[in-house]
Amino acid sequence: MADQEITLMKGNEAIAHAAIRCGCDGYFGYPITPQSEVLETLAEQKPWETTGMVVLQAESEVSSINMVYGGAGCGKKVMTSSSSPGVSLMQEGMSYLAGAELPCLVVNVSRGGPGLGTIQPSQADYFQSCKGGGHGDYRLIVLAPSSVQEMADFVDLSFELAFKYRNPAMILSDGVIGQMMEKVVLPPFKPRRTEEQIKKEAPWAALGRDKNRKPNIITSLELDPSVMEDINIRLQKKYAQIQENEVRYEEYMLEDADYAIVAFGSAARIAKKAIELARGEGIKVGLLRPITLWPFPIKQVAALKDKVKGILSLEINAGQMVEDIRLAVECKIPVAHYGRLGGIIPAPDEVVDALKKMM
Amino acid sequence: MDIKEIIQPENMVYHKPDLLNDVPMHYCPGCSHGVVHKLVSEIVAEMGMNEKTVGVSPVGCAVFAYKYIDIDWEEAAHGRAPAVATAIKRLWPDRLVFTYQGDGDLACIGTAESIHALNRGENITIIFINNAIYGMTGGQMAPTTLMGMKTATCPYGRDAKLHGYPLKITELAANLEGTCYVTRQSVHTVGAINKTKKALRKAFENSMQGKGSSLVEIVSTCNSGWKMSPEKANKWMEENMFPYYQLGDLKDTTNQ
Amino acid sequence: MAKMKGATVVNIERCKGCNLCVVACPLHVLALTTKNVNQKGYNYAQTVLEDTCTGCTSCAVVCPDGCITVYRKKEE
Repeated sequence: MADQEITLMKGNEAIAHAAIRCGCDGYFGYPITPQSEVLETLAEQKPWETTGMVVLQAESEVSSINMVYGGAGCGKKVMTSSSSPGVSLMQEGMSYLAGAELPCLVVNVSRGGPGLGTIQPSQADYFQSCKGGGHGDYRLIVLAPSSVQEMADFVDLSFELAFKYRNPAMILSDGVIGQMMEKVVLPPFKPRRTEEQIKKEAPWAALGRDKNRKPNIITSLELDPSVMEDINIRLQKKYAQIQENEVRYEEYMLEDADYAIVAFGSAARIAKKAIELARGEGIKVGLLRPITLWPFPIKQVAALKDKVKGILSLEINAGQMVEDIRLAVECKIPVAHYGRLGGIIPAPDEVVDALKKMM
Repeated sequence: MDIKEIIQPENMVYHKPDLLNDVPMHYCPGCSHGVVHKLVSEIVAEMGMNEKTVGVSPVGCAVFAYKYIDIDWEEAAHGRAPAVATAIKRLWPDRLVFTYQGDGDLACIGTAESIHALNRGENITIIFINNAIYGMTGGQMAPTTLMGMKTATCPYGRDAKLHGYPLKITELAANLEGTCYVTRQSVHTVGAINKTKKALRKAFENSMQGKGSSLVEIVSTCNSGWKMSPEKANKWMEENMFPYYQLGDLKDTTNQ
Repeated sequence: MAKMKGATVVNIERCKGCNLCVVACPLHVLALTTKNVNQKGYNYAQTVLEDTCTGCTSCAVVCPDGCITVYRKKEE
């Protein structure tokens, strides 16, 4: 495209710019390292003067996520961002959002835990993002960008999926992608939706009751267990539908591979370098990169069991996604894990060593 | 005059507000919530805002407020109603947005959300039902439980050494720059109900005129929790609650 | 001066027998039933002094459940 503007910016900044450009109506957040640039960039850009987007620094992550609940419940396209300890605080709200089936975007630029942990990058929030985190049987749509470009692109995609399924979506990034500067082509400007468009797209939204309809009520409460079970069954059907339709992944040099690395986000970048090194030594290895962590690319990972001799799950954590890989291949081939903890990023040669150890 | 002559549509001087639907309210007999629900229903209609109002219901006895008043509602997590309302009002500035919260919701678990929404001067109304007890969960101690008052979790009476002091959050709110109108009312008599209606109307109008946050506390009874008849509970409230939670306007900057 | 005549109609099934209307009525027009109960099992409010009611609406205003409709007419 001739008019494509290529910019150099941080992943966090890309999130902010993409939000303004994709017609986001509101951002509610609280500062925490390493994601504060999202709110800072928005404050600097003043979108309330241009697109009319609301930007508000809340008193806590608990409050931000409930502002997101409020905004999503009245039909608006709203988001928040935080990092691991802040996202932990949001888990109550995440569960309510999932229960009330509200579309929204939560960005986690994750860091090492547990507890206050470290401000250095980590992928240790995989379980929290993909296996619940909050209470109850629910799922988030979880996208894992591995470049600044994907940080920008996944904002709109997240909203699209969130509204399509009336479900909260999450971008699970980490301090590497959030802080790293890379070239990025920002998405084109899309106007915010009008009141009519919102009413059409979200007829369930609580934004004032039109004369000809019953009140719209946003809630996750139902005291009758038989009705509550029906609601849960409906939710599970929706999740099954998402699992069926929305799996996204990238394959890299898998065609002739004897071994596969499965890695997401920043770890996938390290994996690509490790693959280059390994292939230099004659080891045929490729990469399967889940882009959607939930829905997890179960079929694609399962297919690896007939193709490769072993899988290395490269994660910047103590081994979380590896459980899903083992389930997918039904333990029919060896699945090893390699990762570093506490904010240490594994180096490509360490990954090659781990690969050799598995072989 | 025959009674049939009087009972004619043209002679009707009071009826259940139209916005209050026919679903039987789950509240205990004599509960103050019902009276406040009626007032909210009346005022929204009188302001012509039926189609432009979003209420935020809490966790507590009023959790099902959305079942009874036929406007759009969002049901918030415990204590988070002011955060939910903040977003709705900022995203739809021409809507009438209010929260309806009890003492536990507003003055305990949601203290941060309440104080900060009020301090930001969000153009919302917070309706605060203070009955000094947790009704929904079966009568436990609230942040506003009076000294010496017995509840399920302070069965020997509230003791400052054990439980701290009853929180006058409305006084706190009056000291915040963001609030324009802070008042404490009650609904135990016809006169009190009329005053509360005026206060709520004023608060709602403030929010539509962009004057800032309004907090309307309504000192209420919980006759079940207090283990009294509704009539006796009203009397007990007058004798024990009012001296500590004094009625009247605590702040009004709307005429300045 | 024309005298006001009032009448109250209680939604018996909605009534929870809280007695607040009975207390609020300055003219003791209303009382709870002593024998009859509604489907929920409550003694409900009923008019006992029909001629006395002036239609002041006090009973209806204090009723937490909106059970009472009040009518008022000037006596010719």
